[in-house]
Amino acid sequence: MAATRVFVPRETAAISVGANEVAVEIAKQAKAAGASIELIRNGSWGASWLEPLVEVVVDGQRIAYGNVETADVAGMFAKDFLTGGDHERRIGPIMSIPYLMNQDRWTFWRCGLIDPLSMDDFRAHQGFRALEKAFDIGADAVIETVKASGLRGRGGAGFPAGIKWQTVADAEGKQKYVACNADEGDSGTFSDRILMEGDPLGLIESMMIAGFAVGASRGFIYLRSEYPLTYSILMRAIAMARDAGWLGNDIQGSGFDFDIELHLGAGSYVCGEETAMLESLEGKPGIVRYKPPLPAISGLFGKPTVVNNVVTLASVPNIVNLGGEKYASFGVNRSTGTLAFQLAGNIKRGGLVEKGFGVTLRELIDDWGGGTASGRPVKAVQVGGPLGAYLPAEQLDTPLDYEAFIDIGAMLGHGGIVVFDDAADMAQQARFAMEFCAIESCGKCTPCRIGSTRGVELIDRMLAGVDREDNYELLVELCDTMEDASLCAMGGMTPFPVRSVLKYFAEDFSSAVGADE
Amino acid sequence: MTTEAFDKRLAAEIIAGFDARPEMLVQILHAFIERFGWINADAIRQLAEELNLSRADVHGVVSYYHDFRTSPPGQHVIRICQAEACQAMGSRELSAHAEGSLGIEMHSSNADLTLEPVYCLGNCACSPAVMVDGKTYGRVSPKRFDEILGGLRGAN
Repeated sequence: MAATRVFVPRETAAISVGANEVAVEIAKQAKAAGASIELIRNGSWGASWLEPLVEVVVDGQRIAYGNVETADVAGMFAKDFLTGGDHERRIGPIMSIPYLMNQDRWTFWRCGLIDPLSMDDFRAHQGFRALEKAFDIGADAVIETVKASGLRGRGGAGFPAGIKWQTVADAEGKQKYVACNADEGDSGTFSDRILMEGDPLGLIESMMIAGFAVGASRGFIYLRSEYPLTYSILMRAIAMARDAGWLGNDIQGSGFDFDIELHLGAGSYVCGEETAMLESLEGKPGIVRYKPPLPAISGLFGKPTVVNNVVTLASVPNIVNLGGEKYASFGVNRSTGTLAFQLAGNIKRGGLVEKGFGVTLRELIDDWGGGTASGRPVKAVQVGGPLGAYLPAEQLDTPLDYEAFIDIGAMLGHGGIVVFDDAADMAQQARFAMEFCAIESCGKCTPCRIGSTRGVELIDRMLAGVDREDNYELLVELCDTMEDASLCAMGGMTPFPVRSVLKYFAEDFSSAVGADE
Repeated sequence: MTTEAFDKRLAAEIIAGFDARPEMLVQILHAFIERFGWINADAIRQLAEELNLSRADVHGVVSYYHDFRTSPPGQHVIRICQAEACQAMGSRELSAHAEGSLGIEMHSSNADLTLEPVYCLGNCACSPAVMVDGKTYGRVSPKRFDEILGGLRGAN
């Protein structure tokens, strides 16, 4: 009899709640039962709230068991886990889980499905098909397809990827680079990580397509150091691709040369800003550069460089395979395609939801997320990381669309959605926004470097009830200065969360101490 | 975490492993931290010489990044996530609990432990998150925190 296939994710969130121990226990119990199993360490489907999410293949169908603890495993085996037996942890077929069923999986479709470190599995699931097609249709056609898709930068800035690629392709110079931004620093975001851990070869293929399209022979991945597991998975995937002749010179006889170097960041948030990232890749402090020149013209080591986020790049293979128009059929207005939303913080069912733009915050938080983890009412939602505004419950019907968010003084950023319940003290959150900016400012421009520290002081005075109205005026002026005069988004957008608290949650400032005037 | 005292010969080997490319300085410093635990003045001097940089250049990089500590850490490094998603799930309370139960303050070290904040471990759907000696833990209640730390001490 063939070995029964069992999936246990090798993914940071799953492991953080015990997946490795569960995998060991499953192997142990199978051995004790004399059963032959093949244990596959897949990536995560993104339903983090169900981790560790174990699956067993029965009659070709994957049966899921959620929130499995080591202590559950013996009991599961006693109830015929290997044939999909009933148990309180049993959920049913993986694709019967509404959280997963109701998504638009374009970029993350292989995550959870395949063994991320199996070249055979990758190839069996369209791996390198898009690259082969790119070789066939040629670089110009690839760029036209990406333009037609309307794909915009998923790191946060939302710049059209096709136009960026065209600029690099048209730039003068023999040496060009692809730099993949995997410095996913925003709190509430983990989609890059899930992609890299669940489909690392997919990212490699994506970078190769970018390199082929613009005429670059070298790629860099700049990965944050807080992701040690991701690092080891990527290192293995790169080595695997090299061994199989998918990285190196004259790839598969195409005449195209490409290789990838993996760099680790070192705990600096600003290095997620593209020019700071380039400085860091050059071995320097991650201090932002003036723009222009754009990195597309003068980027890494002064050469034309495509800088794209992980998810932006990973959206491309299916765009090449299925066509730009198909991708553009998802989404609304100028926000075409899908975004990997990440439900985080005080939420019952946290995880990754890839969905076409236009879905509302309320749908994501209620239908997918199931409301707060604490069961208390939602007080505030921060979208787009530490530089994103705090939205009150009344604004949850805003559709997730780049322009619709700009209209309400917010931003989508990298799609992180952090939920707070009514116990949250929003004045403390405003203070933290300034404090975080003070900790992480690269120091190049004054509004950010000095303004953030002054901002913390002003908020502290307001909270202490000292000249609250005067300090409020000063704080608003300080926000104006930071917004108008900072060099990058760090200082320029730190006022967003601060202003949103002043606007929607002003009572949290006045309730800190009694009325002072 | 097992590290050893700074050694000029070992350091030279690490640098040679990166072909002494100055643009690899951040990566070399990571390798130094992994091997020696922290970056001392001798390391900075040697890096400057072998990469053909000024000591100021190297110092500038070391002091810019949070990861490159310039004093020895405790035997175990505990990093508690202090970013928004974890704040929404009680990381401030968890930090206060950790300071109380470990008897050291945030941003400080003793021979046994280093306790420091980290701004996002990317485990935001399983908040609050903690990293202990490079391993990430999720859904860390104060009780679970004590269990994790108890396991560490038992292992010593």
